[in-house]
Amino acid sequence: MSKVKSLVELMKIKEQAIQNIKMRESGKRGKITVAMGTCGIAAGAKDTLKAIVEYLSELKIDDIAVVQSGCMGLCEVEPTIEVSLEGQEPIVYGHVTPENAKRIIQSHILEGKIVSDLMVKRGEV
Amino acid sequence: MTPITVLISVDSNSILLGAREFANYMKDLIKEFNLDPIVTVLETVSLGSYNGVVIHVLPDDVYYSVKSKEQVRKIVEEHLLKGRQVWDLMVNKELIRPAEKFEVKEVRIVTRNIGVIDPRNIEEYIARDGYFALSKALQMKPDEVIEEIKKSGLRGRGGAGFPTGLKWEFTAKAKADQKYIVCNADEGEPGTFKDRLIMEGDPHTVIEGMIIAGYAVGATKGYIYIRGEYYNSVENLRKAIQDAYEYGFLGENILGSGFSFDLTVRLGAGAYICGEETALLESIEGKSGRPRLKPPYPPQVGLFGKPTVINNVETIANVPQIILNGADWYKSIGTPNSPGTKVFCLVGDVNRRGMVELPMGVTVRQVLYGFGGGVRGGRELKMVQTGGLAGTFIGLDKLDTPLDYDSMKNHGVSLGSGVILAIDDSHCVVDIALNVMEFFRHESCGKCTPCREGTRIACEILERMTKFEGTAEDLDYLRKIAEVTADTSFCGLGQSINVPLLSLIDNFREEFLEHIEKTCRANVCKAVLKKPKVQTK
Repeated sequence: MSKVKSLVELMKIKEQAIQNIKMRESGKRGKITVAMGTCGIAAGAKDTLKAIVEYLSELKIDDIAVVQSGCMGLCEVEPTIEVSLEGQEPIVYGHVTPENAKRIIQSHILEGKIVSDLMVKRGEV
Repeated sequence: MTPITVLISVDSNSILLGAREFANYMKDLIKEFNLDPIVTVLETVSLGSYNGVVIHVLPDDVYYSVKSKEQVRKIVEEHLLKGRQVWDLMVNKELIRPAEKFEVKEVRIVTRNIGVIDPRNIEEYIARDGYFALSKALQMKPDEVIEEIKKSGLRGRGGAGFPTGLKWEFTAKAKADQKYIVCNADEGEPGTFKDRLIMEGDPHTVIEGMIIAGYAVGATKGYIYIRGEYYNSVENLRKAIQDAYEYGFLGENILGSGFSFDLTVRLGAGAYICGEETALLESIEGKSGRPRLKPPYPPQVGLFGKPTVINNVETIANVPQIILNGADWYKSIGTPNSPGTKVFCLVGDVNRRGMVELPMGVTVRQVLYGFGGGVRGGRELKMVQTGGLAGTFIGLDKLDTPLDYDSMKNHGVSLGSGVILAIDDSHCVVDIALNVMEFFRHESCGKCTPCREGTRIACEILERMTKFEGTAEDLDYLRKIAEVTADTSFCGLGQSINVPLLSLIDNFREEFLEHIEKTCRANVCKAVLKKPKVQTK
């Protein structure tokens, strides 16, 4: 019944488990803040958040923190997210559906290109 | 996997502050607010402060200290739900992790996982390189493992400081059909709590170290002898052992190497003497805890008459890291004669009491003022006891003594189990001496006369002194009692009573003399008035 019979299997468990631990590390490359005010949640921010978390783990990106915040004051374009990478101006995106969230991760986080058609604001909110 | 992790310290101290209740309440709230896809609540052990239950929110790296359910609710509603940090409940990071600020940096070898992982989840331990040392050791020859430990210079962390590699070698060389590994987790030294926190916070490290020791010396069975009062340690260790069996790190044919090892937990019943290794063995065998005559020493004739390695929890917890990173890495930490780190328990009149792991050779002052944050309430430091109750009392002149295994020999300051007890000027030396001796009198097993009677007489003399009834002869007699008891006692208990007593008398002789003159500068001792005789008609 023993689960681990060799070093290879031990490595496998480590790789899986390390993802969980890495999530907790502070001092990351950047973070995505999802606005979870009532307005955001009503507009579907929960699905957006879920999609972001899933997509990040699918791509094995572990240096981006995902946090939530209250309403950013941009209720007309909810759900909104803010992407702030270290050393760069934070960018606020609006109308972030799960599909749009994937696009943002793909182009902004991975390729470093701002998704201009979804961008609402530059700089601190 | 969730983006936000909340660590709650649920260790014995925090439980008394309501930690378990808060943790369950928080989990309920998270469900209520439908936050479970993004928040995980983990119970870990001591995060280092006991002013309230400490909650650590990651990756924001914010610490909260809560005292009530309402405050838990506030953190969930504000921080976790709305992303606004709750400033009034936040605690200063420096209070929790003071190490970043001071000249001597905290080095975490033994405590590296404590407060970082969920101790009840084996996979988190594996993620932090857990059981990789075991797999590495199993690919080495047993004598190579012993050689590595010998080369690292690891010495027993229980207090005596015997070289661990040598102990293992003796056992490995002894010929027998069965050998044992015993982990001494009967942490009875007053003021010491490092082993408890290691076992509560990272039980797998202890288990892994014991399996490696077993492989190195050819033992197939291990016992962890643990204090019965350490409920959480027992619980976490039992869970960890169960998981280790399930994952194949314990049991037969470990990781396909052909080596088998079994491990069980045995509970002690609270006798101080059972921390003495031979009394501990007697206790495991089911007899009453009385020390055995040495030699023969346990590496030759130990548990059930078989060769046995007995190591302290902290010693064993060092083993996996030494195997993983090599002896040279270990030797680069600490001093040449005492490599590695020591876990210090800071207690007494200091601002920040708790546990800290520092490289060997750190001075008493650095521990006390660096990590302890100085004496509490602005009082003046009077003295410090190092090394546990059987350790030395030192005055302010010796605060700059480096703490390692040579400090006793060179400076008369014992390292012992790593307790640093700060005592401020509101305490009386004679009263402290009485307190110490009462402990030894209570814990003396009574097997040998010098210890049984010596501790009793010492108590009587000191009691007289606290009532201002002592004489100058009493003081000389006390000295003699301490010396004779130490010279003639059967085991380590009686043999060590001279250390605290003589260091008190020698360093603070003046105060003893003042008591003979019927004054007590701390105003602790008072003359007891004789009852006036009741006149009967």
